[in-house]
Amino acid sequence: MSWLRRHPALSVFIMMLAVVVAGMWLLPVKPVLLWTDALVYLLIITLVSFFTYVRSREHLLSPWRQVVRRPLAAMAMVVLAAYVSVGLLDSIHFRKALPLQDGATQVDYSVEVLSLLDVLAGPLRKQLEKTYSAPLAAHLFTKELVEQADGSIIRGYPRLEYGGRHLRDPAAQRTADILQRAALALGQGLLLWLVLSSLWLAWLARRHHCSFPDFTRQMIVGQTQIPWRVILATLGVLVLLLMIILQLGVAYHLLGTDKVGNDVLYLSIKSIRTGLVIGTLTTLIMLPFAVLLGIMAGHFRGWVDDVIQYIYTTLNSIPGVLLIAAAILSVDLFISNNQALFETVVERADIRLLFLCIILGITSWTGLCRLLRGETLKLRELDYIQAATAFGVSNAKIISRHILPNVMHIVLISVVLDFSGLVLAEAVLSYVGVGVDPSMASWGNMINSARLEMAREPVVWWSLVAAFWFMFILVLAANVFSDAVRDAFDPRVSG
Amino acid sequence: MLAYIVRRSLYAIPILIGVNLLTFWLFFVVNSPDDMARMQLGQKRVTPEAIEKWKAERGYDKPLLFNSEAPGLASLTHTIFFEKSVRLFVFDFGSADDGRDIAHDIQQRMFPSLALAIPVFLVGLLLNISIALIIAFFRATYIDHMGVILSVMLMSISALFYIIGGQFLVSKLLHLVPISGYEGGWSAIKFLILPVLVGVVGGIGAGTRWYRTIFLEEINKDYVRTARAKGLAERVVLFKHVLKNAMIPILTGVVVTIPLLFMGSLITESFFGIPGLGSYTIDAIRAQDFAIVRSMVFLGSVLYILGLLLTDLSYTLVDPRVRLS
Amino acid sequence: MSKPLLQIDNLQTSFATAQGLVRAVDGISLAIHKGQTFALLGESGCGKSMTALSVMRLLPEPAGRITGGSIRLNGDDLLQLPEVAMRQVRGKRIAMIFQEPMTSLNPVLTIGQQIGECVLQQGAAHSKRRVLELLEAVGIPDPAQRYNEYPHQLSGGMKQRIMIAMALAGEPDLLIADEPTTALDVTIQAQVLDLMRRLQQDMGMAILLITHDLGVVAEMADRVAVMYAGQIVEEAERDAFFARPQHPYAQKLFASLPDMEKRGERLAIIPGHVPSLATRFTGCRFVERCDQAMDVCHHEVPVWMAGEAGSGVRCHRYDTRYAAQFTTKQTAQAAPSQTRQQAMEGKTPLLTVEGLKVHFPIHKGLLRRVVNHVKAVDDVSMAIPERHTLALVGESGCGKTTAGKSILQLVKPTAGRVRFQDVELSALSAAQLRPHRSDIQIIFQDPFSSMNPRMMIMDIIEEGMITQGIGGDARARARRVDELLEQVGLSAEVKHRYPHEFSGGQRQRICIARALAVEPKLIVCDEPTSALDVSVQAQILNLLKDLQDELGLAYLFITHDLSVVEYLAHEVAVMYLGRIVEQGSVQAVMENPLHPYTRALLAAVPVIETSADGSERSIVSVQGEMPSPINPPSGCHFHPRCEQAMAECAQAYPPTSQMDDGHRVRCYLYESG
Repeated sequence: MSWLRRHPALSVFIMMLAVVVAGMWLLPVKPVLLWTDALVYLLIITLVSFFTYVRSREHLLSPWRQVVRRPLAAMAMVVLAAYVSVGLLDSIHFRKALPLQDGATQVDYSVEVLSLLDVLAGPLRKQLEKTYSAPLAAHLFTKELVEQADGSIIRGYPRLEYGGRHLRDPAAQRTADILQRAALALGQGLLLWLVLSSLWLAWLARRHHCSFPDFTRQMIVGQTQIPWRVILATLGVLVLLLMIILQLGVAYHLLGTDKVGNDVLYLSIKSIRTGLVIGTLTTLIMLPFAVLLGIMAGHFRGWVDDVIQYIYTTLNSIPGVLLIAAAILSVDLFISNNQALFETVVERADIRLLFLCIILGITSWTGLCRLLRGETLKLRELDYIQAATAFGVSNAKIISRHILPNVMHIVLISVVLDFSGLVLAEAVLSYVGVGVDPSMASWGNMINSARLEMAREPVVWWSLVAAFWFMFILVLAANVFSDAVRDAFDPRVSG
Repeated sequence: MLAYIVRRSLYAIPILIGVNLLTFWLFFVVNSPDDMARMQLGQKRVTPEAIEKWKAERGYDKPLLFNSEAPGLASLTHTIFFEKSVRLFVFDFGSADDGRDIAHDIQQRMFPSLALAIPVFLVGLLLNISIALIIAFFRATYIDHMGVILSVMLMSISALFYIIGGQFLVSKLLHLVPISGYEGGWSAIKFLILPVLVGVVGGIGAGTRWYRTIFLEEINKDYVRTARAKGLAERVVLFKHVLKNAMIPILTGVVVTIPLLFMGSLITESFFGIPGLGSYTIDAIRAQDFAIVRSMVFLGSVLYILGLLLTDLSYTLVDPRVRLS
Repeated sequence: MSKPLLQIDNLQTSFATAQGLVRAVDGISLAIHKGQTFALLGESGCGKSMTALSVMRLLPEPAGRITGGSIRLNGDDLLQLPEVAMRQVRGKRIAMIFQEPMTSLNPVLTIGQQIGECVLQQGAAHSKRRVLELLEAVGIPDPAQRYNEYPHQLSGGMKQRIMIAMALAGEPDLLIADEPTTALDVTIQAQVLDLMRRLQQDMGMAILLITHDLGVVAEMADRVAVMYAGQIVEEAERDAFFARPQHPYAQKLFASLPDMEKRGERLAIIPGHVPSLATRFTGCRFVERCDQAMDVCHHEVPVWMAGEAGSGVRCHRYDTRYAAQFTTKQTAQAAPSQTRQQAMEGKTPLLTVEGLKVHFPIHKGLLRRVVNHVKAVDDVSMAIPERHTLALVGESGCGKTTAGKSILQLVKPTAGRVRFQDVELSALSAAQLRPHRSDIQIIFQDPFSSMNPRMMIMDIIEEGMITQGIGGDARARARRVDELLEQVGLSAEVKHRYPHEFSGGQRQRICIARALAVEPKLIVCDEPTSALDVSVQAQILNLLKDLQDELGLAYLFITHDLSVVEYLAHEVAVMYLGRIVEQGSVQAVMENPLHPYTRALLAAVPVIETSADGSERSIVSVQGEMPSPINPPSGCHFHPRCEQAMAECAQAYPPTSQMDDGHRVRCYLYESG
């Protein structure tokens, strides 16, 4: 158990896993393991074991330390962590048991696949309106025939079914109610944040063998090595946002509703997983090929190099969007001809997402492959590889022990650099019509279905604005983070 | 030099064959022409006769690779592979699903594409390099930091938002130019201003940051120290010494994209209703017109390989150390 | 005395690094007079280059900063000048040339453009004529053609001449030369030094010469200042310095230089390494490595003890208050190692190389046909008996490293035979070769690229044992690693650390331990000490010598450094353009060189002469540079540069002439009959 104490992150992870598994076991649900879920878990396990490995090795750890110590990067990491937590909650899927029919012994499960996030965001998911409504509105956005209390029928803006339902007279009460709820959220958020951060600071102070007031003072003036000041401030903003969502999002549609009455906030949050999956799984899928082929081409040279170079020049010469389009059209055809394979809509959409990742991976591995080939060509001339050859070390061992560990920084840099590009690419592909399944929540789909709304009079702007901010903050955080990672790991970048 | 060009062009042949085989496999082997016909005609209740008719009209009714019914050499030529894939090598693109001649369409649509892509490319290149040079001049100062943060923010915005935002602001609110559409001749300008502006602005973030990295890498080299030791002004050091050396990595990234300007910009053209090759491609993808997609894939590959060749040739212009042989 | 041209007072320069503030230059004062050559001598990292860059105000920004002191040029304080005015100083009043001529010239501008820039600064319209004059002055043949060429078309020596031409363009009062010849071969170094001296006489400028090479100082300098850890520890007139160095550090530097006279004895070493300049010093900076250190040296910072004529030393020994405490303890000269057995004639050789050729094909044209070969190694034969050291000497590009690697079969030979004992290595396949790999091992030049930075020392040393199946189980191997580390003079505890935690010398020891792990009989040492400072080089040479005595190793010692050869080798083979031109015992070749190339090589080495007339020694050196191995000159490859060339030299390569005592030479001058 001392081993766990040394790796607090790992133990928290294992605990969380245990709780989820136990929950699945005890509650009347049937776990559903989507393909992308499985790969996400694989990715998490890889990352956790990678960091456990790095933690004990000072020379591998020190660049990471450099990353964390940059205030902007620390801020980005907190934001990314928030996104990732939402994505993970949305990656635990199950089907609820249906109530037992009379006389049936077999439990039937709902065809609706839910995630943990869906359950937590229950009201957001269920409160469907008829059509557009503006953020925090109590009425629909479009005029309809409304039956008045006196039985007469006029054209007007009908009340929403859920948004502001608790108000008797929206016109008079709405503003006050919103302000009151916002103030409450502010107070609660502040309180929660204070409690959380003092607990955290107390723990840190104990770890640094320092008194709590001393450590707090150091933190506030920014003297701690890790910029806790920035981290806690970012955390504060996030807690506040969460509170506002809890207070206002349940009573109103915080970001309005879209054409078919879905809550835009819910859609935006659901899109997080899609973006993250595309950004990470794509690289995860292409990585083995890029790394193996790139190193082999550089190490063996000769005909191996010729063949690998031929493959990637050919793939590279096909315009990316067209290759993706061609492949996705094929997948579409396959799916529509084999409907029987998929039990639920979610599973079908998931397969398409997986294929999108694979195809994006196929079109994007060539850059990394070429980089690794070049680096391996340089490395193989280095003395330590010559020395290994002089010992008669086999090629497989030279690649795995001498070359691979020394190109890992390139792999890492390219993975984090690719992430934001892939998230952005999803939106464009969805617009072209070869992105994720239209039934799947994604920022690309949101933009695609909302872009014509800009032509309406008055403008329906909230879907676009919501997608913009959710996407922008994720991509910005990823870019800031990848900048820091590159500065810390790339030997050429200095200062 | 000539021998080099000839040799490089010969290298292109196996690559184009590879591209062709890959697209052939994707379009005709993974999904048979029957699947295609069924999809085009609507999923359900399609009679076999309708499928056969659809295939016959478009020449998809032949065998894939070998026609055992045809005599002699025709057993190889009267096949889908020969007629649809091999013919691409002589730029015989055939006709689209709606019967239009693809080669003619491409010729027609090339000019609007270029009218948009060339200004975006040139203005963008000049603007990005200039901004990056200014930032590099003020390196490690407040201006540099702000510039980097700003460009990271700019590059974090999806291209779609630049377009939607530009259309909303310039066309809808300010009514300066039409939202979308196109006309031939000089009147094209009023339709092109906004897409060009959007294209340039959308590229500033990533472009500036990339060029800044290149400039800073050059600035740290020994020859720059030598130039300073001569007593040259920082301006001269930057513009004469650094810029000229930085052109080498810049060219690697830039020249390869020049021939691809022909292909146009997919989303910009589509959003602004410009009848170029980009919107042509998107419409084909949406209509699942595989004949056009195949042609565009082939055209794109040819242009990419041309770009690689041009990149090599351009090295001889800026890097005296490179001589092609 | 007249007012000095350059007067530096208490200069302080510091660097912000991840380890904290590094005080690279910590209170330097010196004065250079008109026409004088002032040498700043020191090992790597002592702050000598930073001093030079501080004078030019060219420190890398924003990390480097001058934090105190003054630099006066003819009375003007350069540190007070605004940047615009400083530009008028750079290139015109002070010019600078750098160590790496390869990277210091702009690769995309022509020679004419780059020199022209300096000339244009003069506001002169006749720039081209002036540039051609300058090219002529620095001895560039065919200036009109060179004017339009690019740096990559020139050799290293030519590039350094171009750098000098650029520096001369502004007719500066002071030339700062930062290790100007370190990257050059010894014959080229002689040419460049000769040029600098001639130009100085013509133009009357002062030179601040920054170098680590005592030989160069002896050849060039009027005055010498020795730097150690950011401070000047001794300053003196050249002759006085070479006759009687004062500071223990300077004394040790002399003692650690290898040469013929020290054969058979151990070289003096300076233990440990230079302290980190990020620390605050409470005593003498050299105290940890000084064998004359007293108590006072540990807790009192020594002050500058001025002597006569501006000389001085920073050492408590010369402080009248403490001088008495120093017993004039004779530095116990290490006992001569066991008498070394000399030439073992008639013994069966361990390694035999016959007619070894390594040719790299050059492809050209449409079909990539092989049109020519780079003849890196062209017909080399040699034999190394047990317990013997054969030195393979030559300048860069002569093929000596390729020869070494092809003996190990790291580069596949094109032709010829490599026999180890009775196994013909060159006939074996990669798989067949594997069990024989343990017999021959290699040590490389660059201690930084010779170990995988991601592996622990333990794993690095163990790798060969595991591959070769030597050393038993894991526990036995671990014991063996401990033994090996102690054998090379390191503590066994270091095995759980990573390479980046070690200094260059320590890394080289680990590399030796790695090679020893598989119990080789022959080690190919590829310039193992040329990346190291003199004091560290001595440690490694001592270690190699000890190991030879203990383990009976044979060495193929590849080097360009003749003093190391004199100290260490039994036999020498001199290589020129892929061929061995002269071969024989060290005494024979060094004392009686026959081939004109060998003689030129020996003459080009700067000599430390303690007599006063050192500067008058004319450097008899060879002209021109080594041609390309793609199209070597016809006949004897050396004939275009040879002063004694005859008609027949251009006809055919001379055959081997056997002299007495196994001395062989390939030159028509010695053709018997």
